[in-house]
Amino acid sequence: MSESAERRSVADIADVTGLQTEKGFRRIINTQPFWVLVALVLICILMGSISDTFLSERNLFTTTRNFAFMAIVALGMTTVIVTGGIDLSVGSIMGLSGIMAGITLAAGYPVWAGLAACLLSAMAAGAVNGFLIAYLRMSPFVVTLGMLAIARSLALVISNNRMFYEFGPDQALFIAIGGGSTFGVANPFWVLIILTLVFAWLYRYSTWGRYVFAIGGNSEAAKLSGVPVERVLMSVYVVSGLTAGIAAFLMVGWLGSVTNALGQTYELQVIAASVIGGANLMGGVGYAVGAPIGAALVEVIRNSLLLAGVDPYWQGTFLGAFIILAVLLEKVRGRRGE
Amino acid sequence: MAVLELRQISKSFGAIRALENVDLTIEAGEVVGLMGDNGAGKSTLVKIIAGNFPPTSGKILIDGEEVHFTKPVEARRKGIEIVYQDLALCDNLTAAANVFLGREIKRRVGPIRYLDHKAMYERAAAIFAELKSETRPRDLVMRMSGGQRQAVAIARTRLSDPKLVLMDEPTAAISVRQVAEVLDLIRRLKETGHAVVLISHRMPDVFAVCERVAVLRRGRKVADKKIADSSPEEVTALITGALQEA
Ligand SMILES: Nc1ncnc2c1ncn2[C@@H]1O[C@H](COP(=O)(O)OP(=O)(O)OP(=O)(O)O)[C@@H](O)[C@H]1O
Ligand SMILES: [Mg+2]
Repeated sequence: MSESAERRSVADIADVTGLQTEKGFRRIINTQPFWVLVALVLICILMGSISDTFLSERNLFTTTRNFAFMAIVALGMTTVIVTGGIDLSVGSIMGLSGIMAGITLAAGYPVWAGLAACLLSAMAAGAVNGFLIAYLRMSPFVVTLGMLAIARSLALVISNNRMFYEFGPDQALFIAIGGGSTFGVANPFWVLIILTLVFAWLYRYSTWGRYVFAIGGNSEAAKLSGVPVERVLMSVYVVSGLTAGIAAFLMVGWLGSVTNALGQTYELQVIAASVIGGANLMGGVGYAVGAPIGAALVEVIRNSLLLAGVDPYWQGTFLGAFIILAVLLEKVRGRRGE
Repeated sequence: MAVLELRQISKSFGAIRALENVDLTIEAGEVVGLMGDNGAGKSTLVKIIAGNFPPTSGKILIDGEEVHFTKPVEARRKGIEIVYQDLALCDNLTAAANVFLGREIKRRVGPIRYLDHKAMYERAAAIFAELKSETRPRDLVMRMSGGQRQAVAIARTRLSDPKLVLMDEPTAAISVRQVAEVLDLIRRLKETGHAVVLISHRMPDVFAVCERVAVLRRGRKVADKKIADSSPEEVTALITGALQEA
């Protein structure tokens, strides 16, 4: 009796982490985020022993802050990828919503108005993506590629190619939100922690999360079962826009200025973080914790290369190689599982 | 009154006439076998009843009332459950998640509603036990055998108390023992007043549980008679066209 009660509680803990069968630790070690985390820890130990600066408080602070922006956007991206889609427009949405925040604050409005302008413009761009993809059944690749160009161009039009660095009466507060720290940890990293918990909860405990995975698994079956496929699909792109907007708001506060180039080519890093974190581009598989873990790996490798004195021009090569490697890893693991 | 009445149902897919003027009446608690060659239109007919797509022409009456379903949920709300031929499952979800897809059990704490995994696992386990299936609620459908997948699809129909259960080849992929369980389930459904339409290519199944058999050939209904007044030989002849009509 007591033994079965104990087993039950173990199983319930296992329930929290995903949608798989095996229980407890065995379950966790079968997921990609776990192995990426192992790799991450090994790299950190290695770098810590080679370089004095790597594990310094200063470097850890900047590293966690740097990958926080990427990881926040990767949470939205992971959700999109789970449905079997992709969002190439996140970098441009960051540019557009960052400019919207900047122009609103520069015009003398309070910080909440800047936040609203930022998030609403980001969600509006996501809603356009979502509408075209969910209701007109257009390919996510094509639609978000179009939005990549449109949002960037709108950022240029709205900003008239100006840079904003004076943020009105709430300037100090705005800069403190994105650029400051709380209890020694950069604010964007706190936001990341909270959002990761929220997404983990949504994936596991909300019908919305359940439907996101169902659509990625078999959207036809989901539809037949009464899942509001179009509505959920559209919401996923709105959420992706929202996370891009949140990251943009924090990033502008941290940088202390914004131009229309904010977030340029960011989509590449974000997709890399999601995929390395275990999001399967075929849809149906993804992890909320995968976004920060994948983003951390991308950032740590970038940081390590810099500290090792590798020419920054090589960064793209490494990033690209990691995306391909992550997909390859997934393929190999998938084959073994069959 | 008839649970379901189809009047002059026709369905075209472009140039293909999948169904032509099919009439079919099903009374409460009746088990009707629907047979026919591949491509005869059986799946098309049950999909129309289940609200997957509307007929090109013809009327559907449920309990004497005309209905126009635009999506499967509407048919489900009227008490129609269906097991699809291709099963329509999400491979990446667990058995229990599939059983409850679209009608999850939720709990509420204050304003927050969340999935009650424990309740769903337990209910799914109870249904699988009832079906005498080895299926485990926590297993991913991806790693399941054909029979287990079929059990998951059938379990979906056990969540509600439907008037009519449509089963499109529910015994196609399963073992002899499990076939017996599905046939038992159909008998139990009948005893409790549920009507069943059983599509099957297996003559013994149809003759074991159905009281009536309807035969479709190239989209037309060519026979609709009591099992007692027919024979496997006659039905075979009707399916192949050796016998034109009966
Ligand atoms: N969505 C569709 N679009 C076009 N044609 C279709 C569609 N669904 C069915 N058909 C056609 O309608 C006809 C009837 O198909 P249906 O699936 O109803 O046959 P069936 O009797 O269920 O056959 P089986 O025993 O092989 O399952 C076939 O010619 C098929 O090609
Ligand atoms: Mg069929």
